[in-house]
Amino acid sequence: MTEINTDKLAEAFVSALAIDAAEVTDELAYSQHPKWDSTAHMVLVAEIEAAFDIMLDTDDIIDMSSFAKAKEIVAKY
Amino acid sequence: MQIDDYNNAAVFSQFPVYGLNSAEKQAFLQQRLNWLTHHHATHCPEYARLLTCIGEVNSPMCNIEHIDQVPPVAARLFKDYGLKSIKDEEVFRLMRSSGTSGRQSQIYLDADSAKLQSQILVKTLQHWLGKQRRPMLIIDAKETMQNKNGMSARAAGLQGMSFFGRNHCYALDENMQLRIDEVKSFIEQYHNQQIFIFGFTFIVWQQFIQALQSLGLKFNLQQAILIHGGGWKKMQQQAVDDKTFKQQINAQLGDVSVHDYYGMVEQTGTIYMQCEHGHLHCPVWSDVVVRDINSLAQLKNGQQGLLQVNSALPTSYPGHSILTEDLAVIHGEDDCPCGRLGKYFTLHGRVPNSQVRGCSDTFS
Ligand SMILES: [Zn+2]
Repeated sequence: MTEINTDKLAEAFVSALAIDAAEVTDELAYSQHPKWDSTAHMVLVAEIEAAFDIMLDTDDIIDMSSFAKAKEIVAKY
Repeated sequence: MQIDDYNNAAVFSQFPVYGLNSAEKQAFLQQRLNWLTHHHATHCPEYARLLTCIGEVNSPMCNIEHIDQVPPVAARLFKDYGLKSIKDEEVFRLMRSSGTSGRQSQIYLDADSAKLQSQILVKTLQHWLGKQRRPMLIIDAKETMQNKNGMSARAAGLQGMSFFGRNHCYALDENMQLRIDEVKSFIEQYHNQQIFIFGFTFIVWQQFIQALQSLGLKFNLQQAILIHGGGWKKMQQQAVDDKTFKQQINAQLGDVSVHDYYGMVEQTGTIYMQCEHGHLHCPVWSDVVVRDINSLAQLKNGQQGLLQVNSALPTSYPGHSILTEDLAVIHGEDDCPCGRLGKYFTLHGRVPNSQVRGCSDTFS
């Protein structure tokens, strides 16, 4: 697995979900944080794609259910 | 395949979408639907009462031997009662049906069922769209999504579908009028990619295709795909059938394969896609039965009656078997010329006045 820029990923979360940087931990999970709903999820996807210049597929979007998962997914690319 | 696997969402969600034949599907759904009947009878008092009313608790209905025998709940009961099999604090999302008249259905989801629904919807649509997301033209207004007052069925549909797109362009403004400049520049930018167009049938027809026609605007898309749904009632009022709809779309937009779909908020995640031969197909997680409007007796293939939809998905509310108010004809199983396995059918409008008889009359 390649090393990814975790700070950049965390920034994408902060900006897409409109949350505090302190809230971005591995435990941050879709559907558990009130601001991470399905609408915010699509914003987050767009944000991550722009930040890392990648194109996520539909499996990635469904799998990306936590910050920890997001790190794994981004590292694939 | 182990019996336990038939009740393990992590396993059955991986089944090939149109890949199990009648016998294999029967083995899976019989186990799963029986489990769901027991589960809901245990966790939803109203559902248990319904089964009791028709004399079925601890009787063969809870332990059916064929998937056609699951006792269906009339769709309208989801309007009358807050049917759910989870605790109030477990409610993750409340879905409401669209519809301008009368009460709306209320469907309660917990986090697990919401997740399973998304997974199955994605799996089904990947069969038609591939895994790569495509530039997406949404024939609706952005404002449709922004009603925070519980999600409407239309917004839920748009949102579910938007996962399959990228660089989303909304073709209509808040007054549902064509945003012609935005559409033009979107198509200019992506015309050589496989654009994904999504919208509700009547909106696509009236607000998009007819608007383009009146402006005399044509495009020349390549290998685009249009998925549309929401019913034909208003289309029939304008005497537009499936064939005319497809012809006009191709005339206006170019090379677009057009697929209707059928689905309902009461079974979100289950979607019946129309194949190249005009048939709606059951995915592996779903099965259909057609019943006589009056006697509710099961009808044969080729006969028109009320459509019952059985789904392996609903765990948070007792919606695994629903008697709809839609009329349908099942044409066959496992033998559609398109090669997909499972039952395939066509829809033929709704029951007049939606007066569906059934067990529900003993419910109150
Ligand atoms: Zn077919």
